[in-house]
Amino acid sequence: MSSNAAATLEPSVETRKAILELRNVSISYFVRAGELKVVPNISLTLYEGEALGLVGESGCGKSTVAFAIMKYLGGAGRITGGQILFEGRDMTKMSDEELRKLRGGRMAMVYQDPMSSLNPVIPVGKQLMEVPLIHSNVSEDEAYKRALQMLQEVNLPDPARIMTRYPHQLSGGQQQRVVIAMALMSEPSLLVMDEPTTGLDVTVEAAVLDLVAQLRQKHHSSIVFISHNLGTVVRICDRIGVMYAGELVEEGPIGEVFRDPRHPYTRGLLNCIPTLNADKRSRPLSAIPGQVPPILNRPPGCIFAPRCSDADGPRCTAAAIPTATYGGTGQHRVKCVRVAELPKHVRPTSTAVDTVANEFTTQPPILDLDHVKKTYHQAIGMFGGSGYDVHAVDDITLAARKSETLAIVGESGCGKSTLAKVLTGIELASGGKVTLAGKDIGNTAVEKRDSDTKRSIQMVFQNPESTLNPSHTIGYVMERAIKKLKQISGKEARVQVNDLLKTVNLPLEFAARKSRQLSGGQKQRVAIARALAGEPEMILADEPVSALDVSVQAAIINLLVEIQRKRGSTLLFISHDLSVVRYLADHVAVMYLGKVMEFGSVTDVFAPPYHPYTEALMSAVPIADPDVKQRRIILEGNIPSPQNRPKGCPFATRCPRKIGAICDDTPPPEQVSPAGHRIACHIPMAELATATQVVF
Amino acid sequence: MLAFLSKRIALLAFTMLVVSALVFAAFEFTPGQVARKVLGPFATQNQVDILNEKMGLNRPVIVRYSEWLGNTLTGDLGFSTLYKTEVNSIIWDRLGNTLLLAGTAFAVIVPLSIILGIAAGMREGSILDRSISVGSIVTTSVPEFASGVFLASIFVIWLGWLPGTSSLDTGAGWSLWQQLILPVTVMVLYDLGYVVRMVRASMVEVMTRPYIRTAVLKGLSFRAVIMKHALRNAMIAPFTVILLQINYLITGVVVVEAVFAYPGFGRMLLEAALSQDVAVVEAAALFAVLVSVSTQIAGDLGYMMLNPRIRFS
Amino acid sequence: MANDGVLALTWNRVRLLKESPVGMIGAFLVLFWLFVAIFAPWIAPFDPNANNMDALIDPTPSAVNWLGTDNSGRDILSRIIWGSRTVFAVAPLAVLCAYAIGCMMGLMAGYYRGWVDDLVNRISDIVLSFPAIVLYIIVIMRFGASANNIILAVIFISSPQITRIVRGMTLELREREYVAAAKMRGESALYIMLVEILPNARGPLIVDACLRLGYTTIAIGVLGFLGLGLPPPDPDWGGMVKETYAMMSIYPHMSLFPAAAISSLVVGLSLLADGMREISIRD
Repeated sequence: MSSNAAATLEPSVETRKAILELRNVSISYFVRAGELKVVPNISLTLYEGEALGLVGESGCGKSTVAFAIMKYLGGAGRITGGQILFEGRDMTKMSDEELRKLRGGRMAMVYQDPMSSLNPVIPVGKQLMEVPLIHSNVSEDEAYKRALQMLQEVNLPDPARIMTRYPHQLSGGQQQRVVIAMALMSEPSLLVMDEPTTGLDVTVEAAVLDLVAQLRQKHHSSIVFISHNLGTVVRICDRIGVMYAGELVEEGPIGEVFRDPRHPYTRGLLNCIPTLNADKRSRPLSAIPGQVPPILNRPPGCIFAPRCSDADGPRCTAAAIPTATYGGTGQHRVKCVRVAELPKHVRPTSTAVDTVANEFTTQPPILDLDHVKKTYHQAIGMFGGSGYDVHAVDDITLAARKSETLAIVGESGCGKSTLAKVLTGIELASGGKVTLAGKDIGNTAVEKRDSDTKRSIQMVFQNPESTLNPSHTIGYVMERAIKKLKQISGKEARVQVNDLLKTVNLPLEFAARKSRQLSGGQKQRVAIARALAGEPEMILADEPVSALDVSVQAAIINLLVEIQRKRGSTLLFISHDLSVVRYLADHVAVMYLGKVMEFGSVTDVFAPPYHPYTEALMSAVPIADPDVKQRRIILEGNIPSPQNRPKGCPFATRCPRKIGAICDDTPPPEQVSPAGHRIACHIPMAELATATQVVF
Repeated sequence: MLAFLSKRIALLAFTMLVVSALVFAAFEFTPGQVARKVLGPFATQNQVDILNEKMGLNRPVIVRYSEWLGNTLTGDLGFSTLYKTEVNSIIWDRLGNTLLLAGTAFAVIVPLSIILGIAAGMREGSILDRSISVGSIVTTSVPEFASGVFLASIFVIWLGWLPGTSSLDTGAGWSLWQQLILPVTVMVLYDLGYVVRMVRASMVEVMTRPYIRTAVLKGLSFRAVIMKHALRNAMIAPFTVILLQINYLITGVVVVEAVFAYPGFGRMLLEAALSQDVAVVEAAALFAVLVSVSTQIAGDLGYMMLNPRIRFS
Repeated sequence: MANDGVLALTWNRVRLLKESPVGMIGAFLVLFWLFVAIFAPWIAPFDPNANNMDALIDPTPSAVNWLGTDNSGRDILSRIIWGSRTVFAVAPLAVLCAYAIGCMMGLMAGYYRGWVDDLVNRISDIVLSFPAIVLYIIVIMRFGASANNIILAVIFISSPQITRIVRGMTLELREREYVAAAKMRGESALYIMLVEILPNARGPLIVDACLRLGYTTIAIGVLGFLGLGLPPPDPDWGGMVKETYAMMSIYPHMSLFPAAAISSLVVGLSLLADGMREISIRD
């Protein structure tokens, strides 16, 4: 099954009934600094049975619109103008009592972060039952029955038991299913979903998206689907609206917008998303220059003009831009003066890549992991003498050569970050050997490493908000890093700060700033500069772009590629994002529950033979292109908890290609191809090689 | 749960042992002191030595400590030099009186602080919130002896509605409850503000949680959101704080009983301290610590009961 | 380019205070008393310990003795003015020492964890299991009533509380990525604790220090009131109330004025702390 977007049959525009209509709605937040016009003026219509995706980067106002539709903006937010018509009635004029009857009844919401959206001290069953008790005036028994039935519908195993559970006793995917069940309890005509799969693992995300698509058919609710991920929108929605800085800049049917994006921002977004079928050799990612202007300082005319490569002088900057209709269907609307004159957007397509740049493969590896293990002892209870061992990293053998990018990819809990901690010396290996440039470092804590080892391996961290000390200036951070890593005086180090800032393309005056004055991308640049201070041979990057918006993400990825090319350093790139890995890596290791399931060059890993887990991962990744076809493989169940790890193959409990008891009982052999492609599976490599491409 | 409880009780025993050693060390470590205190500054060194011998004070510290501890554990709390009687024969009456005072104060503080804290915290920044917050800051900042002075000026001297001393003797025409009003009010004023702020802070925090939004967008009324979804979560964090107030109340009773000449445990401790009555102070100190440590255990248990995340971990 | 000093950071916070009316009132009260304490010799109309026997006939407030005289014929205004010196001499010093100890213990417990943490926790538990007054009584009984011993007692009681706060924050801050980065470039544990962790804990600590100054002021007053404070005849607000409390029913002003003095200072400190807290949330 491919994306359902193109396949959905839509009745003609005139006969469709509008469920929700936003007419010139403006939304502001009132803060100390004054009125923040987060969404100055937005109009959109949602028809019966339709799913509209609203996409945009953080701060573009998409969630604000979602909550405005529910008329829930918190203390500081207010709808300052326009009308929100829900089933023909203006919500902005409704009393609290009227709103109360709508919410959870005719309209319901699914939230980002299901864990915190459920009350931690009430069993989920009770929380579900509240909905019919409020809106349908039924008995407790009836409410219980309905809740149970709804849990069954969202494919939760053993619903009666789930009813009695507290939210923290469920996995993330189960929690989100409960939230979805809660939203559907009263058969709402409108479902608002705010980033419902953000934060879930990719296989879990795929299952939740499938569920939403399936329930859509059954319940005929109209959906407003908010996401920063264009790929998820393609999977769920019929229409898409692209938001930028509070404005809806482009809107239309999925197919039309993706095949012929007319707004330069939409084009920019599509150009900076790595897709599963392209890598750094076939096409570069092009980042959108600059950043979103602050709300209090928005330019006149087109808000995107300062960052737009197609901007045409005063035409774009003089007056407010009207929304124009484009194309024959009358459904494609674009807020750009040049909508008709821009050439057709060409999405760079992938060309087959013959070989990996493997000119270095003959060199001895700079980093060598030999049967590395890391085991934690997990105590039970609050004090617990007894407990069990968690094999976070279990017998990993990998190598990385000079100038190469080795990517480690896997879902949460696969041990990839633990591995990074062992390499940095913040944790010690429990077994095996870690060799860096000939030195054994696996059993040397970071405090005990000699200064050259410290210099030669440095790290870029995941979270831009915690990577820089908020009390220090950027200049101090860099100076200190240079001083300690190069073992030179503070005075000499100060001179080199500017060079470092230039390397990561930051203006020199940033040296005097503190991290709170920087954007997320700028913070990551500083973090990269800090890691480069001692000119390390090896850079570890643990999810360095996963917290960034796509346009910023592209710029950081390009920076990493550029630095690596210039300096010839080795990059160990840890990520959960297969598209980014596909783009950036030379070699890839796929991890699951502490084990390497598959390892090989990027072309080998992303083509048959696949490990069944890799195959499932690839089929789960949402791709922001309705014309790319993907084989769908649904993974059942959850990632096993660390204490009851399967005895045989760790993936056996969820594997769609499991061949029998052998998978449960015997650890799989590692099969190696002549090219060095390794797959740990009981299915013979020749048989695995008969699989077709997942993405085509 | 049972394992947890036994761990806590073992810890309590350990704490009490160390505390008793500290108390012993503070008062009885140096042998000369006790005898010197008994005999006064004008006794000769010879007399002091003889008394030391007689009281067994020149034996090794560890022997004296074990004996002292043994006596304490078997209920022999020693002889009060101030009240000229066994500590046992005065301490229990005093404790009863104090329990009446502190218990009444606690019974007022808990419900009142929860109501005020919830009322303030459910709408952060509202007029009600600001008034309650600033009000509670002010009342906790006025020392008990000062608020005692203020209240006595108004209700005793100016209006004449209440007695200035609370000897619990009803002979002077004031009923027991009239005598309790001022001391209880002073304790409540001082302590209430702190608990109110804790409950408020917790409530404010809970109200920003996404699950409250879920509850509102489910169509629940504001009242139902507060009662069914916010309240229980908001009580988890302050629960231990509320029980810890018992610890503060012990300090409070010493001051309040001094202000109103209330014949309780606190005044006994103070009088004993001022006249260097070691036996009484030791007994009172150990008892006070026992109460405070036991409340901590009760607090932990209650916290576990309220919070399913810990209960089922 | 160098790291900002803690003083500069604190000053930034103080400048922001103008946006909190409550905090401004607090700051005004505190600064008022600070001014009074510093300039006591020039402001006070009389010697605080001089007995004016004539005033005993009518000790109530008059044109000469604005706030009246006490039971020994001493000028109450002058005694209140000089009494502020006692508070400002003892409380800040005690709190500062308690902070020095508390921060170091808390940082070590939170940063090293393991047995250091266990040890620090056990010690804190034991000290904190004493109700404050019991500890004060034991210290004063054992070592005698003097300014030094009161400071000692405050340090003893306050530092474990500060330890707990700092430990909690250290446990959280040590997981920040900038701490890992500092370790990876080979910074010493002391550098990480003092330069990477402590400055980021300053917000809540400044607020707590302010509140703690208030508590300490109350403690000094209470000890004075109970007769465990500074030995007479030096003026001390709590002691002034104690000495005159017996005469409340005839001359309430003798007790009322010193009680109002201590209350206004502590209210000022608490409001100031609240203002600071409000600002730190906004940051």
